[in-house]
Amino acid sequence: MRAIIDFMVKEFLQFLRDPKMFAVVLIAPVIQLVFLGYAANRDLNDVKTCILDNDRSNSSRDFISAFEKSGYFSVIQYSENYSELEREIDLGNALIAIVIPDDFEKNMNSGKTSNVQVIFDGSDGNKASVAAGYVMSVASSYGSKIFIERFEKSGIKVPPAGSIESVTRVWYNPDLTTRDFMLPSIVGLVLIIITVNMTSLAIVKEREIGTLEQLLVTPVKPYQLILGKLLPFTVIGLVAVTLVLAVMIFWFGIEVKGSISFLFFCSLIFMLSTLGLGLFVSTVSKSQQQAMVTSAFLVIMPMIFLSGFAFPIESMPKIIQYVTYIIPLKYFTVIIRGIVLKGLTIADLWLELSILFLLGVVILVFSSLRFKKSME
Amino acid sequence: MNSIEVINLTKRFGKFTAVDNVSFNVGKGEVFGFLGANGSGKSTTIRMLCGIIVPTSGEASVNGFNILHEPEKVKANIGYMSQKFSLYGDLSVEENINFFGGIYGLSQSRLTDRKNWVLQMSGLTERRKTLSAQLSVGFKQRLALGCAVLHEPAIVFLDEPTGGVDPISRRNFWKLINELSASGTTVFVTTHNLDEAEFCNRIILLDYGKIVATGSPKELKSEFIKNGMLFLESDDVYTAYELLEKHRLVHNASIFGNALHVSLSDAASLEDNAAEAIRAFLESNGIKVAGIRSIVPSLEDVFLETIEKPASDD
Ligand SMILES: Nc1ncnc2c1ncn2[C@@H]1O[C@H](COP(=O)(O)OP(=O)(O)O)[C@@H](O)[C@H]1O
Ligand SMILES: [Mg+2]
Repeated sequence: MRAIIDFMVKEFLQFLRDPKMFAVVLIAPVIQLVFLGYAANRDLNDVKTCILDNDRSNSSRDFISAFEKSGYFSVIQYSENYSELEREIDLGNALIAIVIPDDFEKNMNSGKTSNVQVIFDGSDGNKASVAAGYVMSVASSYGSKIFIERFEKSGIKVPPAGSIESVTRVWYNPDLTTRDFMLPSIVGLVLIIITVNMTSLAIVKEREIGTLEQLLVTPVKPYQLILGKLLPFTVIGLVAVTLVLAVMIFWFGIEVKGSISFLFFCSLIFMLSTLGLGLFVSTVSKSQQQAMVTSAFLVIMPMIFLSGFAFPIESMPKIIQYVTYIIPLKYFTVIIRGIVLKGLTIADLWLELSILFLLGVVILVFSSLRFKKSME
Repeated sequence: MNSIEVINLTKRFGKFTAVDNVSFNVGKGEVFGFLGANGSGKSTTIRMLCGIIVPTSGEASVNGFNILHEPEKVKANIGYMSQKFSLYGDLSVEENINFFGGIYGLSQSRLTDRKNWVLQMSGLTERRKTLSAQLSVGFKQRLALGCAVLHEPAIVFLDEPTGGVDPISRRNFWKLINELSASGTTVFVTTHNLDEAEFCNRIILLDYGKIVATGSPKELKSEFIKNGMLFLESDDVYTAYELLEKHRLVHNASIFGNALHVSLSDAASLEDNAAEAIRAFLESNGIKVAGIRSIVPSLEDVFLETIEKPASDD
């Protein structure tokens, strides 16, 4: 125990004396957050829209006015027929076109589901998906059973899974701001970058300067060495989480609906994976530079791309979708969004948390064994 | 009981044999020198004895503990100073001592005692708060030695401890080594500096992973240079060297600047005045000899003798 404490003291002293590390931990997350916070502001407030009302009933007019009043859409044309509407999209004049079927009112009144078609200019996927969110939002607030069929301009039907995702998303983010949606997950990103980088760098540095070999000749046990290395970075990781949360709450005004202590607890569970990955990187890197490159390309980038943080998982090829099941950040992103935006608790998130815990234990044990072996 | 016993120790890296079937013993309190050129396998041997790497074959015990079966006990009884300066440059002198003291499990009061001892022996008492990266190489090495023996191990392994320091620091360092040995610590030290080996009680000469000679410096000299050595100055040492190499009175010759060190053969010991015979031989071949006299051989001469021996045997 004493050895572990001595390790932690040493690690903190070194951390405090290394301005580079300091910058990585304290400044980088804040910059990332502010930068992403503004970059993630992909909201539209003036979606150019064409509407083809095949029903021309009171209900359909009601529905259309719900769109007009929402403030997100500006209707540039009430089309007479399908080809007119299509031309507007083709010319790029309209981003979306809404087609109301001629049985709209009939279905409404008889309690059946009405299929409203929404056609998108898919050339800007981001914009289209934000606009889709708005459509869902307005449609769901309209209340009745409306099934939105999404079409890309090409006429390819977008899988309904996407629209269902959009519905939930709108549901929990009523202002429809992508920023609210993105920022909480930055906690995960920051934790990965900090802990993977710092852990691997700290260990590889000792190997480079020869102190690791020196430690091998002392009675220090490998588990003490590993704990002595990982515990300080756990603390530093928690400090970074605090910072990110503070910026999120006080700068961007995002309120955390759930329990903050639960959020910290989940961050700790997530760090089992990230510290383990840092340890792993240290076993495959000979130099600090190599460790940084390995961290970036082998760990951080795949995590970001495969976690649903940057791209929706539903839009990935099936095979890749299976790969995402072993990406810890995927679960942590769900958890953190759940806690911050929806106020979810362990009762809702136990499954994700358990998987995250298991992944963490597996990664950590595997890396520790590798590390132990690499020292022999 | 011997401090270190090594039996047929071998280490291969792939097909390359870095340490080749090495056996030796080191007595308690000895200053034992492990000599050899760069790449001869010194560090590899030390790293096997300290339990950092596992031997390919062979056995060894350190302070009575088997290096393969009781590595933990071995580690508790040794100190190690690696070839690189391996303290934390971004920690102060005192923080380094505290850290290693903690790692070795020293009690607080013992740590205080030992810290004072280290600070004093390294001459760093006044600079205890200085970051160790800012120390000169000589001070770093003394601090590293101090940290390696904080826990007063029975044996300390020093891998080229005096690389890259000035002669005065080197002498100071050897003083510390002698003090350690006088207090009963076994010192196993590697060097490729043959002058330093003169300070050792016993040495081993290693060449391409094999032991080529072992004994005290004195024993080695009389064993390998049985018939004395001449120091010969000439304007044309290269021609003189070529001529003498095949001369019956000469066992071996090596060039040192504009002079030759010539070890004499068994035939020369029967000769009345070998030096004059050699001078006459050279001058009859048109080479001017500026001076020729008898000298005490150094370990360097011994080393050159041992590595050139296979060629002259053939
Ligand atoms: N880990 C290793 N892998 C491969 N070759 C090695 C390794 N360590 C040492 N060697 C080789 O073994 C030989 C002996 O090295 P070393 O023991 O460091 O020599 P010395 O300390 O006498 O200079 C060298 O040729 C070196 O390149
Ligand atoms: Mg060496």
